[in-house]
Amino acid sequence: MSTFSSSFSTAVDLVLTANPELAEIVFLSLRVSLSAVLIATVIGMPLGALIAIRRFPGRATIATLLSSLMGLPPVVLGLIVYLLLSRAGPLGEYGLLFTPTAMVMAQTLLVLPIIAALTRQILADLHQHYDEQFRSFRLSGWKGIQTLLWEGRFSLLTALLAGFGRASAEVGAVMIVGGNINHVTRVMTTTIAMETSKGDFSLALALGIILILLVLSVNILVSLIQAMETET
Amino acid sequence: MTRNDFLEKYAIFLFVLITGSSNLQAESRFITIASTTSTENSGFYEYLLPRFASDFGVDVRVVAVGTGKAIKIAEKGDADVLLVHHKPSEEKFVTEGFGIERYDVMYNDFVIVGPNSDPAGVAGFNSVGNALQRIADSSSIFVSRGDDSGTHKKELSLWQAVGINILEHGGTWYRETGSGMGATLNVAAGMEGYAMTDRSTWLKFSNKANLKILVEGDPMLFNQYGVILVNPSLHSHIKAADGQFFIDWLISEPGQQLINQYRIEGQQAFFANAPIQ
Repeated sequence: MSTFSSSFSTAVDLVLTANPELAEIVFLSLRVSLSAVLIATVIGMPLGALIAIRRFPGRATIATLLSSLMGLPPVVLGLIVYLLLSRAGPLGEYGLLFTPTAMVMAQTLLVLPIIAALTRQILADLHQHYDEQFRSFRLSGWKGIQTLLWEGRFSLLTALLAGFGRASAEVGAVMIVGGNINHVTRVMTTTIAMETSKGDFSLALALGIILILLVLSVNILVSLIQAMETET
Repeated sequence: MTRNDFLEKYAIFLFVLITGSSNLQAESRFITIASTTSTENSGFYEYLLPRFASDFGVDVRVVAVGTGKAIKIAEKGDADVLLVHHKPSEEKFVTEGFGIERYDVMYNDFVIVGPNSDPAGVAGFNSVGNALQRIADSSSIFVSRGDDSGTHKKELSLWQAVGINILEHGGTWYRETGSGMGATLNVAAGMEGYAMTDRSTWLKFSNKANLKILVEGDPMLFNQYGVILVNPSLHSHIKAADGQFFIDWLISEPGQQLINQYRIEGQQAFFANAPIQ
């Protein structure tokens, strides 16, 4: 197929010539998705740990709710964030619609349930394992949560990767809240959607190849960290 | 680390993260315009807007969606200027108080594209009405935007003009994609169907496959673009001065000349027709 071969050569060309427009788009994609994963981690991991360890009424319901939210369609979430941030919406006064911040917010909300739900699962298993030791050391509350998060840190990296994968692959939400504005909110996925709609399939596919390589390199980095741990 | 210590550090960390990420916004002077995919996809804004920005130091950010959605964005106050192509909707926008005044900016035309095989036999028709009638009579596949865009509204009005109740045929030979012009042309190319498109999108479209222009030149296919400043008395944050300045530039002699000079594949894409100031 000629589209496939020409896409590969386009991708190679774009990377080798260090195309400045592409660099800008890649950089923004990484900034938005990594910020979203970072914020979602800071909120989601303690939240997941809390649900895994603490016993409180409604715990099972919250756990189920979190798991279901993992399947939320990005476009629905994008619409909700759009309505919140629109000038006519409750957060309209901050003028955040069509900015990278809006995209970070949408992706954070998208990634949060994934990280929280996976953290809960990982730590619940770990907690069973450590339960007796915790009791004998009288570890409880925040101290216990911190210990568990630390002990499970390498398994938790997988939760982080799942979140990053979801964020970087997502197009529906960032298209709505970002608006795909040239040089302002245009990221890899919205560019791919736009080039597809212009019928420039080989450029769209070339960008897709670069996106996959980016995600791949992040994954390789993380598996290297995990491998280093198993050696020590 | 006590619990309070931890919470405090956690809160500071969150704060730094969030303020850090809001710094992603460029602190430049800019206006936002809600506009159509046809102008964006044709490369027109990438040609025009950097000239405005370099001359006057105001960036113009374009959110390119269908005309219907662009109007909704402007009504909510999420854009300062509206530049779209459906005059009746634009006039309604002004009459209802959402916009200040509407100015003609430029025009081009719509064309009917279809497969080389031309099953309805409409190639070379001078009348778009007759062509649509033939497409309907032969139940040939017609791919419609179906997205409340300016092009979609225009297409619906053309079916109505020849007395065809097009919605009755939805899902049979009449297929509504609910997406943008390019995406709709991709579907038409895949299905070997007919479609109506603005000429600028067509010129720039790379996946023409078996499609070609079959009907053009009917005055009914005229495509007028208009520009409107969003009413700042409805939304206090509207950048009225910069927005009006952009509009004034667009309809001024230099702006109009730049519009006329834009070429796609050697062809003029838009024809300036703002009333002389």
